[in-house]
Amino acid sequence: MKKTKVIVGLGSCGIAAGAGKTYQEFDRIRKADRLDFELRKTSCVGMCFREPLVEIIDDSGSYLYGQVDPSKADEIIEKHIKNFSPIPEYIVQSEKYPSADESFFEGQVKIALRNCGYMDPENIEEYEARSGYAAIRKIAGNHLSPETVIQMVIDSGLRGRGGGGFQTGLKWKFARNYDAPQKYVICNADEGDPGAFMDRSILEGDPHSVLEGMILCGYSIGASEGYIYCRAEYPLAIKRLNIALDQARTKGYLGKDLFGIRGFHFDIRIKEGAGAFVCGEETALIASIEGRRGMPRRRPPFPAQSGLWKSPTNINNVETLVNIPWIIFNGPEAYARLGTEKSKGTKVFALTGKIKHGGLVEVPMGITIKDIIYKLGGGIQGDKKFKAVQLGGPSGGCVPEYLSHTIVDYDSVTATGAIMGSGGMVVMDETTCVVDIARFFLDFTQKESCGKCTFCRIGTKRMLEILTRITEGEGQEGDIELLEELAQNIKDSSLCGLGQTAPNPVLTTLKYFRDEYEAHIRDKKCPALSCKKLLTYQVDPEKCTGCMSCTKGCPVDAIEGGKRETHFIHQDICIQCGVCFTRCKFGAIQIS
Amino acid sequence: MRIKRIVPAPPLQDVFPSVDLSQMDALIARYKGKKGKLIPLLQGTQALFGYIPREAFLKLNRETGLSLSELYGVATFYAQFRLTPSGKHIIKMCHGTACHVQNVTAITDELLDFLEVKDGGTTADGLFTVETVACLGCCSLAPVMMVDEETHGKLTPKEAVKIIKEIRRNEIQ
Ligand SMILES: Cc1cc2nc3c(=O)[nH]c(=O)nc-3n(C[C@H](O)[C@H](O)[C@H](O)COP(=O)(O)O)c2cc1C
Ligand code: FES
Repeated sequence: MKKTKVIVGLGSCGIAAGAGKTYQEFDRIRKADRLDFELRKTSCVGMCFREPLVEIIDDSGSYLYGQVDPSKADEIIEKHIKNFSPIPEYIVQSEKYPSADESFFEGQVKIALRNCGYMDPENIEEYEARSGYAAIRKIAGNHLSPETVIQMVIDSGLRGRGGGGFQTGLKWKFARNYDAPQKYVICNADEGDPGAFMDRSILEGDPHSVLEGMILCGYSIGASEGYIYCRAEYPLAIKRLNIALDQARTKGYLGKDLFGIRGFHFDIRIKEGAGAFVCGEETALIASIEGRRGMPRRRPPFPAQSGLWKSPTNINNVETLVNIPWIIFNGPEAYARLGTEKSKGTKVFALTGKIKHGGLVEVPMGITIKDIIYKLGGGIQGDKKFKAVQLGGPSGGCVPEYLSHTIVDYDSVTATGAIMGSGGMVVMDETTCVVDIARFFLDFTQKESCGKCTFCRIGTKRMLEILTRITEGEGQEGDIELLEELAQNIKDSSLCGLGQTAPNPVLTTLKYFRDEYEAHIRDKKCPALSCKKLLTYQVDPEKCTGCMSCTKGCPVDAIEGGKRETHFIHQDICIQCGVCFTRCKFGAIQIS
Repeated sequence: MRIKRIVPAPPLQDVFPSVDLSQMDALIARYKGKKGKLIPLLQGTQALFGYIPREAFLKLNRETGLSLSELYGVATFYAQFRLTPSGKHIIKMCHGTACHVQNVTAITDELLDFLEVKDGGTTADGLFTVETVACLGCCSLAPVMMVDEETHGKLTPKEAVKIIKEIRRNEIQ
């Protein structure tokens, strides 16, 4: 009989959901009751909606338990571990007990996420047991030249996952072709799109794959130094990267004459970002590593020619890099078999917003948005009406429900006016106001603009002012046209992707939801009942118990009525702050 | 635009506690003469004091040769750097897309109200500084807030206030 294994998912999201306490509880009872099971850690398998997750592997198979708090942990130990009787109600995935949640994994093909949640990220042996560092060994063992490796990457069809979608192999070729005494590899782990978290999950769950991808890139382009530029908001990712770096150095996977390849030296350093979205842009990122303000510059010269410290530099996104070892190990054809004609392989999406099963999914390119949302994501929270999905974050756009048959590949998504971006998918239902979402993104880009280009600096500010006015009921005729004109000008006259794409959220919502803008401007109504200033609050006399909770909370004393009397809101005094609505325990405040 | 947190007037010496600048010596020794040292130096300084005091800028300028304008320019560009002391605990409210869609604004409003501060401000008792940030990377648990290193997900206004109340209670004891 093998020792039973208990594996707790300790990614940032798991920890936020309380996995740390769950782990401690298993540990406590194991010691107190002198139980003989092995307690291990892993990272996130992407099933965030069921965190904390605990997997139990014993002789009879593997069982994934969801939402395991300390009290469930006690129960699982008592029944499953001590008495060998699993608890089907809590199981979210296992061969023996079918669960409704399994649909989350159906149709997923895990390449970039192949190790996330399946191994201990702080243990290099576990990585090696899962074909880790086998790709670089394959190259060393077969004496494959850098050119051959680059050709393999080209043949795989892999395109950059950081947003641009540029052919990775070609980019490497450019960097290879520039002759220089020193070249650099940079891993872009700045993950700026608010609403995307696949890079964090990979860094936390599979740091060695990132290192191996960078080593392969270094070998191919002829670089000896690598940098990982990671957001400071990801402390756990940085911690695990540091552990991985130490382990790789100890094993001799970083340093000099690596893997028996004479003259191949490579080492990696971590640079912590300091909180600026624009630093995700490659030239700004380089400026930031050099210790300057992260302001983009004109290209050409591209980083492949003149990048970090003016040396040829190749920058790739985290997800792009972790695909590389898999491609080299399994062969480019295996990767190119997946996906569509121009978008090969798989893509990771971060499913969030009003979705039932929020988390990370990796699917082959070419699947429809609808399938992602309904089959994997389980549909809309509370079975409300699906309205739109936001793709590509601040540079992207909203794809309306009626276009949800759109397949995910670079060209199809771009055709809708959105972009694939890094893979953030924020799902919105009928209660989300698209004008407010557009305003939200403009607020973001306006704050994050580095200020170099006038249109990006001031144009976004003017757009934000107009949008704010519209959502507050002060919209005027002509606002929509003004927004469109500004949008065009900002696109045309900005230097970097931030400004060039900043108007996209407004343009796509105008394209698909123009009537909602008009309702805000002309009728002073928010159809989604979300823009507070445009709402009317009234008391439902049937439900009001006269508890005075709302009267006490009202900051402007607009509510009349004493104890046990039906309350009344004076519309002329009401400032639509919504406090009464949040305070009322009886649902007696009606919004219209 | 990014640069907006420029302190209007030079802060008065007596409002800020004086700091022991010799703590920075090891940091400076580590990075002196290295390429790309500016940001790590500022990050290191902030790690020591919780913010970057005026005197620290002067010391960095004197001992590393980096110009004051460069140092200040970078410090005001990046959201991470603080030029005034922060509260003992830092509350980061996520205002990323996913959290926005899940109505984090209501939670932030409630919390600011409870703590009687404005966004970016520090409470009178010096215990809390509240900041809004864009995405903590736990979007599937939206709405999310981070208190120091601990992330709390699936919040409601009530719960958020409860968490803070508890920290305050522990502090007072
Ligand atoms: C404003 C802006 C922000 C960006 N943010 C990121 C980011 O957070 N992560 C990322 O990988 N790429 C980001 N990019 C794209 C990078 O400039 C670059 O194209 C990418 O890192 C290249 O890697 P890839 O070819 O592997 O995608 C951003 C671009 C712009 C214009
Ligand atoms: S949007 Fe709040 S954690 Fe990502």
